[in-house]
Amino acid sequence: MTASNSDSSHFSQSPAAEALLQARGLFCERDDRVLFSNLVFSLHAGELLQVQGSNGSGKTTLLRILCGLNSSYEGELFWEGVPIDDDRETFLASLLYLGHRIGVNKILTARENLRWSAALHSPRTDQDIDTALEAVGLMGYADITCRNMSAGQQQRVSLARLLLSPARLWVLDEPFTTLDVSGVKILENLLAAHVSQGGAVLVTTHHQLDVPCPLRRLNLDK
Amino acid sequence: MSDTVKTTTKIAPQRREPSAQVSTFSAFRATLKRDLLIALKRRNDLLNPLMFFLIVVSLFPLGVTSDPQELTRIAAGAVWVSALLASMLSLDNLFRADYEDGSLEQLLLSPQPLYFMVLAKNISHWLISGLPVVLLSPLLAYMLYLPADAYWTLVLTLLLGTPVLSLFGAIGVALTVGLGSRGLILAVIVLPLTVPVLIIGAKAVTDASLGLPLGMHYALLGALLALSLSLAPLASAAALKISVN
Repeated sequence: MTASNSDSSHFSQSPAAEALLQARGLFCERDDRVLFSNLVFSLHAGELLQVQGSNGSGKTTLLRILCGLNSSYEGELFWEGVPIDDDRETFLASLLYLGHRIGVNKILTARENLRWSAALHSPRTDQDIDTALEAVGLMGYADITCRNMSAGQQQRVSLARLLLSPARLWVLDEPFTTLDVSGVKILENLLAAHVSQGGAVLVTTHHQLDVPCPLRRLNLDK
Repeated sequence: MSDTVKTTTKIAPQRREPSAQVSTFSAFRATLKRDLLIALKRRNDLLNPLMFFLIVVSLFPLGVTSDPQELTRIAAGAVWVSALLASMLSLDNLFRADYEDGSLEQLLLSPQPLYFMVLAKNISHWLISGLPVVLLSPLLAYMLYLPADAYWTLVLTLLLGTPVLSLFGAIGVALTVGLGSRGLILAVIVLPLTVPVLIIGAKAVTDASLGLPLGMHYALLGALLALSLSLAPLASAAALKISVN
């Protein structure tokens, strides 16, 4: 492992931090309740944006809309200046989404789960997977069936994906739930590291973020 | 803390652009492998459709007639009906587990063409639930006194037809994966697509036992296979996107 990567920016970054993700005029209604209307925001490279709001305020819905999993909305979304609808493939290649349902199959081992997750973007070697698991505190758990892990450990398996993915934008929905104190610290460090290398993070959490990097907040409560 | 930062820098290497075809194929293969692995670990997925096929075929001599002269006339249809029912029973496995644990969303958010991802799931599903039915069918047909001339036709028509049943069935599953209890509505969506396969396949086997020409039957089954192979995964992918909403 060379040290040459540690200082250079991981993702190409123009001098004025570009706006990666932009939303304009977002409107969403559910069950006759308007969740948000005329919502405008942008997320730049090197930024960590926390979406806040009380339960039911539409945080998860907003994240799913941004990823394209939810299509009942009005408004425009842009990735690197291009409307996402015009070029979904580029957007998806730069996106990593971890939702409420963490996407870990209980019957498979941690390694088998991560092999598949990685392959969806670009395959990783078993050694990479071992390193990723070690970084989230699951060294030695690679070949344990996920059903035999605690919820917090399964969450960590899901988080190992962050280390294996080349994605520039991380969209995380309540990633801190079920994590213990050391898990929380590990995740906070991962977020800070990603952001410092020119990536961007959009996260919803009720947890008080304590990260060594610039943090913006978007509050959905009116 | 600085150590952790250094470690994270090294794992995700410089963003390189692998050739699109290599990525798609490896994602296809990885999805296929994963589904087969899951099925191997959950033995029930392998055994249930097969057991069901066996049980339903055995019910015909018990419930309809045990007279060999009459059984031999209904053997073709009985085996085909049983295969259709076994296929429908096994459809539940296709997207349900992935929908519930969040893997389906990950699949839908992959930059790879969804056609190949869904096709990989369809192929693994057929290998687990369709191919065993094809392989077991001669044995069960023997139980129903199927005429000797018809065995090859039975196996070949099932070989062509069971993938079509899986592919069309997947569309119905994709449309209903988000619903709670869906037995009846799944049947209503899937049967109009799969009954033609049953009709053609059973007719082919019956005609084989009578020595009639089979060209048209094989042509139709082949055409249905080509049609379902090229279009069904696209329809399933679109249905999945709606279901996940």
